[in-house]
Order: sequence, then structure tokens, then C-alpha cells
Amino acid sequence: MADMVVVRKEGLYCVPGGFYIDPWRPVERAVITHGHGDHARPGHAHYLCATPGMGILRSRLGQINLQGLGYGETLEHNGVRISLHPAGHVLGSAQVRMEHRGEVWVASGDYKVEPDATCAPFEPVRCHCFITESTFGLPIYRWQAQQAIFDDMNAWWRRNAQEGRCSVMLCYAFGKAQRILSGLDPSIGHIVCHGAVEPLNRIYREGGIALPPTVMMGDVDKAALRQSLVLAPPSAAGSPWIRRFGDFSDAFASGWMQLRGARRRRAVDRGFVLSDHADWPGLMQAIRATGAQRVIVTHGSIPVMVRWLCQNGYDAKGFDTEYGDEEAGEAGDA
Amino acid sequence: MREFARLYAELDETTSTKRKLDALQAYFSKAAPENAAWAVYFLAGGKPRQAVPVKLLRQYATEYAGLDEWLFDECYNAVGDLAETIAHILPAPKQESDVGLAEWIEQRIAPLRGAAPDEVRAALFRYWDELETSERFLLVKLIGGGFRVGVSRLLVTRALSAIAAVDSKLVAQRLIGWTDGRVQPTAQGFLQLIAAPSATEHAERGGQPYPFFLAHALQADPATLGDLAAWQVEWKYDGMRAQLVSRGGLNFLWSRGEDLITERFPELMSIRLPQGTVIDGEILVWPHGDAPAPFAALQKRIGRKLLSAKLLAELPAVLVAYDLLELDGVDVRQLPQHERRVLLEQLVDQAAQPQLRLSPLVLAEDWAQLALVRTESRARGVEGMMLKAKDAQYGVGRTKDVGTWWKWKIDPFSVDAVLVYAQAGHGRRASLYTDYTFAVWDSDAEGERKLVPFAKAYSGLTDAEIAQVDNAVRRTTIERFGPVRSVKPTMVFEIGFEGIALSPRHKSGIAVRFPRILRRRDDKAVEDADTLDTLRGLLAQAPP
Repeated sequence: MADMVVVRKEGLYCVPGGFYIDPWRPVERAVITHGHGDHARPGHAHYLCATPGMGILRSRLGQINLQGLGYGETLEHNGVRISLHPAGHVLGSAQVRMEHRGEVWVASGDYKVEPDATCAPFEPVRCHCFITESTFGLPIYRWQAQQAIFDDMNAWWRRNAQEGRCSVMLCYAFGKAQRILSGLDPSIGHIVCHGAVEPLNRIYREGGIALPPTVMMGDVDKAALRQSLVLAPPSAAGSPWIRRFGDFSDAFASGWMQLRGARRRRAVDRGFVLSDHADWPGLMQAIRATGAQRVIVTHGSIPVMVRWLCQNGYDAKGFDTEYGDEEAGEAGDA
Repeated sequence: MREFARLYAELDETTSTKRKLDALQAYFSKAAPENAAWAVYFLAGGKPRQAVPVKLLRQYATEYAGLDEWLFDECYNAVGDLAETIAHILPAPKQESDVGLAEWIEQRIAPLRGAAPDEVRAALFRYWDELETSERFLLVKLIGGGFRVGVSRLLVTRALSAIAAVDSKLVAQRLIGWTDGRVQPTAQGFLQLIAAPSATEHAERGGQPYPFFLAHALQADPATLGDLAAWQVEWKYDGMRAQLVSRGGLNFLWSRGEDLITERFPELMSIRLPQGTVIDGEILVWPHGDAPAPFAALQKRIGRKLLSAKLLAELPAVLVAYDLLELDGVDVRQLPQHERRVLLEQLVDQAAQPQLRLSPLVLAEDWAQLALVRTESRARGVEGMMLKAKDAQYGVGRTKDVGTWWKWKIDPFSVDAVLVYAQAGHGRRASLYTDYTFAVWDSDAEGERKLVPFAKAYSGLTDAEIAQVDNAVRRTTIERFGPVRSVKPTMVFEIGFEGIALSPRHKSGIAVRFPRILRRRDDKAVEDADTLDTLRGLLAQAPP
């Protein structure tokens, strides 16, 4: 049987369905797994995404022709049964399940297997062929349980507050920031959000996600700032905006912070290893749970994963995509 | 181990000196003395001997993690550090332990040296199963040798001085010899380190040297230093800095890294000096004539285990004395530079031995004339000049608090060369192509031009420039050989170096000293880079 999904210059293409998944060039029909910029691009004629992700997509892409589909609901298109299933990556993130003449393929988008409070937990979906991401596809990437990381973050914040020093946490504004928010202890001080973070908080709250109260910089007086935690995107580092916090301790939250070299290049006081992607054991667990014999690896450590999977009895190969930038190594949404 | 791992993490995490100091003080004020003793050893730069060969560590970790060798190599290439790679790939521990640093080193790690492979394997598996990631990282560093901490010895000294309420110069003095590996750190040793000063301390010093006073590089115009009359000017030699300690009828020769190197230089061992003398100076190979032999000659002496009579005759060493730290058993480091100089001149004169020379003063009317004299540096086989404040005391380390020494070096040699190979760096530069091989043009018998590698250089680019070059390396890769990539010749760099000598061991026939990148030459085409003939021309400028 011919492959149900192939790579075209526009993106991953479902052949019998005649639609694309997270295409990187403008197409007629696009199924979007989640709202990060490298997956949800402007210019398509028709968009489909999971219902909880609609707000995000609208806020980022403006007036688009968007259709929502609830998790687990099905829709038939050109004889392909499409359904979306939680990927546990960010609010509204979905795996795309495609069934055609009894064969099932699943495209994962980006995913994380550990549940968190800001999005629906990853759901394993049985399939014949699983298209998986591989951002952290090396055995050196093994995450701690997130509660331990939140505890570390709160301890760092508490100590800074006691010493009268503002805490600045740099992280990706969509997804990571809200997940961190959900784990912070608001009894320590105010949580100040950068202008790039706050609009996303609003969308999360509108989507029914409980987040602790946040304020903007102008809402807090100077003395209280020294007990505050500031959530800002990495681009704010070294900006005049951030210098207004005076003597502060800075931290960066990302899966890439696992490595000392990356931490030291960032030159921040603390690197918190918190990722919205699956670690190596998570990738392996997710692949096993699909029951798939065929695995297609996209963006990340493609050659390593393919070789390892083949060695372990899978029929594996890679797809070259334009998601993330594995060579850049420090993609913002990790 | 847990406390030490926490300290290590805190030191590693922050770039702030104050926070590092706070962390050190917090650790030393609560750690048990026997553990603190070992912590001082490692933090002050002590290098443990390798207990288990790296190859075995790698093999056992791969087995323990259930991975394949190729997968381990992929991980290592991404991390750029063996201990860190191992710490990350191991599955989570099932046991818990909190054994002190001293017990780890003395009871658990030391016995691994020379043990049967099966025993080593079993022990490592047991240890790995009771430690978490940061502790495993330290354990592998301690076992594999090559442990380094991002903290200066000066900072350790300050932390100890603060918790002991003892002058930091005294602590620095007591720290001498702590890290040379001959004496095992003990609880008693640590308590002495932080004890109140005692009257007998100086007498108990044995053959120990003083902490070296280090110079700062002069970037500014020397005229900004004020009146030349306030400065003592000497040549800056390209040899090996050393202290010659003569006490109790014996001579001890110490390198700047506080290694005892007496046996390497029998001719200096035989210098006869009054008891209780310490001289600071430079070891040079100086067979005859007005200029010393280039550093390469000294390297031959250092590298040789057995010193034949022939070698000693061909490459005789001298000590060029430039400071006096102890005279008649009295520490004279607090005297001003010009007074120490007078005493040094008398001492060298009375000793009257050819292998002990006095570093001559360089005299000039004003800075302009001095700058003119400095242009002779290369012909004299020196690296430039030293400017020492005449009222300076002999300080501890690289300080300016009791007067300053400046090194005023001549501009390096430079050529424009082409980047031909790149390799990923380590530590902060892991996963980035930062280590480069450069080539210059040469013509073969048929007149065909080809690029000949002549130097490797790692330093000199900013982070932003590194990112650009890294990107270009990935885009222009021709072939990969393990971690090395050959690249299409597209980038030209100006490469600086201090010395140049013929070398049969290099493909280009030439070896350069301290090569580094001065700048990227985007304005130059690859074809316009320099040639091997340019390099050969520079050979003529260096003394034979």
C-alpha cells in the first residue's frame, strides 16, 4: 500500500486526504497540530485545529478561515477519517489521527508525555505508522518530575525575595510561561508578566485554565518589585525593559538547559530544565504505546532515532521538515 | 558528596563573584574538616590522578545504561564532556547515600586504581546506583581525572580567610603545596589552614615557595603610567617562571604551577646561595651569545625524562633572576621593588655563578625612547618589556593592591590564513564548532597551489562571531571524520602568534607558538591568503 503521508515542498501531505499537516508554505487545506510559529504559519486557505487551540491560533494568525474539532471527534475528508488527540505539549496541541481503508497513521506534532495543569494530557493512539518528533532524541535528555523543578524554582524565587532581589525568569511566552505560572507559589510575591506573555495568559484563562494572579510592571511599586518574579521572553534579556528591575537574578527555563555548555552560553544565574517536549524515555514510551511497526522521525535527532529504532526492530525512517531548527540547537519553544 | 555537589552546582551556576564567595563560605563554615580539606584541594586546582581509564568508564557506563557504543558517541558529541555525558545517560538511582567527600576519595575511589576490571565495574555500578545526576557527574570527574572548577584560587583564599578571620595573604602562603599531590589533605591540615597565626610558622615552611606575583597586560599607552622614573623596566623573557628556594642546605626549584622541578635542572640545583634565600626569576636555555634560545629549546629540556650529558651541554639552562623574596631567612616581600632590586644585585654578584644571571635593567630617557628600544625585542629573543612600579611590594597573585607589574608585550607575528578544518569545542562551547585548523598556500613542484595546514587556534572570536563561523562550517562541510569536519575554503582569518620555529614534526615544516585568531578577514578572498613563503620569511626575524 502506498504511504498515506509524504513530504512535499509545502509540508507533510496526506495523499488520499489531499490536505497538509503543519505546512510551511501556503496551501489550500492545513491541519495544525499547535500554535507555535514553526507549525502554525500564515497564508493557508483553510485551517483545522483542536477546539481548545482556536483562541491561540486566532490571536497569532489574525483573521483566518478556521474550523475547530473537539479532541476525539471525527471528521471525514476525501475518504480519510480525521480525529485529533491531545499531545500534552501546549494548550490545544494535538496529534492527528488519519484512517484510510483500515490503515491508521498518526502525526504527533510536538508532544510531551508527562501531564501538566495547562493542557490536556498526552493520549497514546494505536496506529500502524507513527510520525514522531525527536527534538530531544538523545539518551542524555531525561527530565526530572516537574514538581521537583517547580520546587526548585520556588526555592530560588523565595531566596532572592528574602535577599531583596527581583527574580527574572526567561522562557518562551506561549506554553512554557503558562506552565511555569501554574507551578509558582504566589504567596512569595507578585508575578509580573512581560507584554508578550500576558495576552497568552488571558487566552489560557479564557480556555478555563487556572493560573495564579499576574500583574504588569506598572502595577507594582519599586519596593514590591524586589520580591517579585518576572516572566519574560528570552528576547527581553539585556533589554532596557529588563534593566529597570535593578539588581536581579536571572534564570532560563528550557530543556536545553540540561547541558552545562548551553547553560554557560546563556550566562544566566540559573538554568531550569523544563521542557514541553518528550525526553528520550518519553519518546520511547510514546512510540511503544502506539503499537506501530513503522515509525517516521521528524525534526530533532533524526539519524540517531532512526538507527536506534531500526536496531530495536522497528521499520523506521526520517522526514526532513522545516519545524524547529535542530542545528540552531536552542529553539525557543523547547 | 552531596554538600560538595551542591557547592559545585552553586559555583557553576552563577557568574557573580560575590555569590561564589558566599557559597564557598557557607560550605566551609559547616563542612566537616576532613571533607573541607579535600574540597580545598580540588577548588584550589589540585588534580587527582586518574583512578580508572576513561575507556573503561565509557564502556561500563554504556553497559549500565543499556546503550550502544555508537549511541554513547553521539551523546558525547552533543555534550562535549565525558563525565557529564555519563551522568546524563544513566537511569535514575534506586538507592540513596550521603557519604562524605573524604571517605569517597580515600576509601572508595583510591582503591579503584589498579583494581581488577571486574571489581572496578562492580564498584562503579554500586556507586552510580546511589547518586543523583550532579553527584554522578562529580564522581566521574574525580575518578577520571581532569576535574576543574570555575573558581579562582584567590577566591578560595578569600573565603577561607573570611571564615578563619586570618589575613588572606597568610592563607595563600599556607595553601602553597596543598595541591601538588605529595601531601594528602587531612582534617588536621585543614584546621592548620584556618588556624590563628603562630610564631613558628615561617620556620616550618621547609622548601615551600611564596605565592607568585603576577603581571597585568598593558593595553594602554605606557605614557599613561606617568613618570618613567617611577618604573623599573626589564625585558620580558619567554621562558619558564620559577622560584629558587635555598633553605636547610637544599635547593628547591618551583614552577609557577607550584610543581617541584628541581630534578629537571641539575645546573640550577647546584647554584650555591646563602641559607634562607628565595629568588624569583625565569628559566631559559642560553647556550651562548646575547640572546637566549627560543622557547622550543626549553621545551626539549622539560619534555625529556633522562638528561644526558650531551643534552645538558647543548641546551644549558640558566636562571635569570629578577626578584628577591627572602634573604637570610627573612621574608622581604614587603620591601619596595627598588630596595629588593639592590639586595638582589648584591646577592647575584656575591654568588658569582654563571648559571645565575641578573635580569638587566632597561634604561631610557623617556617613554618614546623606551618604545624605540622595545623594537629590538624580537632580535633579543624576548617578548617585550616588564614595567614594575619601583615602590611595589611583592604581591600575591594577580593583584594591584600593593603596586603593579605590567607586561608590555610586542605585537604578535601575524598572517592571513584559511580555515580548513573545524571541530566542536568542550564545556561552554560544546556542540559549537570553535576549534579550527588554518592553512596557508604552498606551491608544489608543478606550480600547483594547495593549502597546507600550519596552526590550530581556538580563541579570539566573540560569541557572535563564533555563531557565524559555526553556521558557515555546517553549511560548507565537505567531509566528516568523527568530530572533525573539513570545510570548503571560504573564510580567511588573521592569525597571530608569538614565536615561530622550524619543526620536522609539522606538515608545514613550521611550528608557531600561542596561535590565536586576531580577526576575521571578510575583505580578503581565499586566494589572497598568505603563503608558506611568508611564514618562512618570518623565521628569519626570530632569533636562531
